[in-house]
Amino acid sequence: MQDVRWNDPRTSRYLGKSVPRLDGPGKVTGAAKYTYDMVLPGMLHAKVLRCPHANARVASIDASAAQRMPGVHAVITDIAGAGRFAGQEIAAVAADTEEIARDAIRAIKVQWEVEPHVVSTRRGMRDERRVGRPREATRGQDPESLWSSAAAVIEEEYYCPVREHLSLETHGLVVQWQEPDRATVWLSTQAVHGSRGELAGALGIPQQNVEVICEVMGGGFGSKFGPGVEGRIAARLSKMTGRPVKLMLERYDEQVASGNAPDALMRVKAAMSADGRLIALDSKIWGTPGNGNNSGIPMPYIYNVPNFKTWQAGVSTNTGGARAWRAPDRPPASFLMESVVDELANKLGLDPMRVRQLNQNNQVRNRQLELGAQLIGWENRNKAPGSGTGRYRRGMGCALSEWGGGMGQPCNCDVKIGTDGSVYVGIGTQDLGTGTRTYVGTIVAEDFGLPLSRVKADIGRSSLPVAGGSGGSVTAASVAPAVKDASMKARARFLEVAAGLMNTSVADLEMRDAKVLSKSNPANSMTFDQVCAKLPPGGIQVSGTTLASLQQGGVAGAQFVEVEVDTWTGRIQPIKVVAVQDCGYVLNKLTAESQLIGGVIQGLCMALLEDRKMDEPTGRMLNPNMETYKVLGSLEVPEIVPVLYETHDKVAGIGEPAVIPTAAACVNAVYNATGVRLRTLPMTPKRWFEATETNQ
Amino acid sequence: MPEEKSAKGELSRRQFIRASGAAVAASTVAGTLISANTKADAAPTVPAAIGAVDVSLKVNGKAHTLSLQPRVTLLDALRERLQITGPKRICDRGNCGGCTVMKDGKPIYACMMLAVDAHQSEILTVEGMGTPERMSVIQEKFVEHDGLMCGFCTPGFVTSVHAVLQKNPSATMDEIRRGCAGNICRCGTFNRVFEAAVAAARSGRGA
Ligand code: FES
Ligand code: FES
Repeated sequence: MQDVRWNDPRTSRYLGKSVPRLDGPGKVTGAAKYTYDMVLPGMLHAKVLRCPHANARVASIDASAAQRMPGVHAVITDIAGAGRFAGQEIAAVAADTEEIARDAIRAIKVQWEVEPHVVSTRRGMRDERRVGRPREATRGQDPESLWSSAAAVIEEEYYCPVREHLSLETHGLVVQWQEPDRATVWLSTQAVHGSRGELAGALGIPQQNVEVICEVMGGGFGSKFGPGVEGRIAARLSKMTGRPVKLMLERYDEQVASGNAPDALMRVKAAMSADGRLIALDSKIWGTPGNGNNSGIPMPYIYNVPNFKTWQAGVSTNTGGARAWRAPDRPPASFLMESVVDELANKLGLDPMRVRQLNQNNQVRNRQLELGAQLIGWENRNKAPGSGTGRYRRGMGCALSEWGGGMGQPCNCDVKIGTDGSVYVGIGTQDLGTGTRTYVGTIVAEDFGLPLSRVKADIGRSSLPVAGGSGGSVTAASVAPAVKDASMKARARFLEVAAGLMNTSVADLEMRDAKVLSKSNPANSMTFDQVCAKLPPGGIQVSGTTLASLQQGGVAGAQFVEVEVDTWTGRIQPIKVVAVQDCGYVLNKLTAESQLIGGVIQGLCMALLEDRKMDEPTGRMLNPNMETYKVLGSLEVPEIVPVLYETHDKVAGIGEPAVIPTAAACVNAVYNATGVRLRTLPMTPKRWFEATETNQ
Repeated sequence: MPEEKSAKGELSRRQFIRASGAAVAASTVAGTLISANTKADAAPTVPAAIGAVDVSLKVNGKAHTLSLQPRVTLLDALRERLQITGPKRICDRGNCGGCTVMKDGKPIYACMMLAVDAHQSEILTVEGMGTPERMSVIQEKFVEHDGLMCGFCTPGFVTSVHAVLQKNPSATMDEIRRGCAGNICRCGTFNRVFEAAVAAARSGRGA
């Protein structure tokens, strides 16, 4: 077969165009059934008893009252013998209704042996037993020897707090055990295939006997790879009772126990030459991933620093465990490095955008900076930061990003063409809201010259050909090339048949408007259905695999933010964001842009609002709900300009990178607006006022 | 307590009978997701509960009488008992708007109202506004403008926009933003929700 390439967007009908998502109609009308919406006959509801203490052993547990409650069908009390954070799973029940399950949980009596706890990074880092093995790196000369020769030096502390995923559909599942050894599981997951193993393990059956279904899911952002503790609990309860069991986490459970992004406390000293080149950097970072103590913030991230010394360590605390959070570790890395660069550039009175261009080699990013500057009107920023007057002050900032987003696990894909004209494409991937299902369909529709409505795109089940989990922005770059491979193979077979029927060569044929046409003789044509009717019995069935040649990783991004600060209240309002994102070949413009917009909004949430608050005395989370764990709402969302910056003709993933630089650009914009540098996120009004007093 | 025992015995019997009757499968039809469990024979088994009272609701034009414990919220009654799962349970505490429904013509958080308090009221949910094959103008515009990603917050936004446009069919951007101020979207669809709402308002075809 000749080289497979992506369809030319100048002549394509779907690829590279804006195509409304296939599952849109189901989602807007309530017809789409999420895991949370599943109601099966005879289904039981499970609830989990969680440790109320940050660190406590279970001395005794008495579930007899719960056992005896009418409507309670199963109780398990052996999930964990101790709670190492407030919220850890200890016991669970399955009952006829949620209300009864909640009553039963309250009826379980636990005697706790409470042990001392630490829930903050700052306290944990003072105890060396809690600090993990440091990761260190050095380059060039010892920064210590260079400070005195630099034109500008800063020495500061920055802090980015723990942030939550806050998926709107909480983690959870419905397990339907089928005697003797099978199970069907509806799971809100980022990995239908990858989740089977853990569920099968909990059920003690072979992995092949577990079918995981996730047709639509309400957000994951990195937190929904495995079925997790709740998945294993529901599996056990279903097997024990022989009934379907539904276990969806409650909002509180979700926020204390289903993952978060570690915080980052950085102490840094950095230096720049008079012409704006970074000379040296010495950084130390601590962060808590909860019970573990690993840490992985890349420093100095995208910048070329000839001489540096970096050190970082994870700090173990009695808090809920971290999980991958959209572009893991990059948003804090960007906040830290972009603040440092911005501070130094401003100290020297240099244009922060030019200084960025000087200190990193990626030419795509440097061009993106030019474009973004133009779109935001960079020349209108305050040339002297904080020089504006009046109550409301505006300013602009920028920041950069880098992300992988290439191929993950190679996938398989099936394409079938029926003699009845039916077209089917199946792949065991999942759609997190990124538009996966839609491009699975459009790739095939494009190749066959069919309207999208003629293609059945089947995803979200583990009985479909294997595909990897959706993390690391690898889905599009892994799934699309497999679909394309299968589609082109099916097309080749189809055209062979058509060529025979039409007495011409395959090379002479093209397909459009559900027809097969001879290029040399327009009068010679057949409808798609006519050709299908002549296919061999059983039609065409082919499978494809990810073609590495159709994807490429490594995406660059640049963002500009304009903010307005109310100097009377300290309130910071983003006005406009320009997000220029390297994206390779665009499969669907509409959904790709939505990814950028969504990433930016999450980045703004990080800049302005998100903060998991732990209470040191009680060891509990203070804001385990959506009222006090804040995210942006409709009155705060600014104008956002997504720019798909196409650099090559291969598919790259962009699910994550847009979230990376927004917060950093926002911090820099506040400085440009008011001359006030905030070094702790989120930038609350109180912090802005405090900073006004200390660093005007 | 003899009362409780007999209650338990009764419900297990009922459950057994209902559970053995229905088969369940989810299916995707022509790209729009239509799941099973919408048929009457797949109705969930709801055990008779202690202290249950009768609640009548008219939902999307259809009258229902449910036997519910007074503590059951309107949202749970819709979702668990009637399998009207367009309204989502997200925060269950009046913080997110995902459960927004129209009650007697006004948008409310269904998680913040007990079903008994909605007795004899008329409820409209996204299911009653349109179907995948025949969407309302607002629903159509949401799809066209990509005012959704994961879609979990979407029914709430569609309902809020419905409420705004019902009040003022040519609502301004500002009114639309205010109308959606009680809705949270984690995927970040706000801008396109507003675009969709403005387009619906401009279409002149009402809510
Ligand atoms: S679920 Fe009702 S407002 Fe969030
Ligand atoms: S679309 Fe996912 S939360 Fe709004």
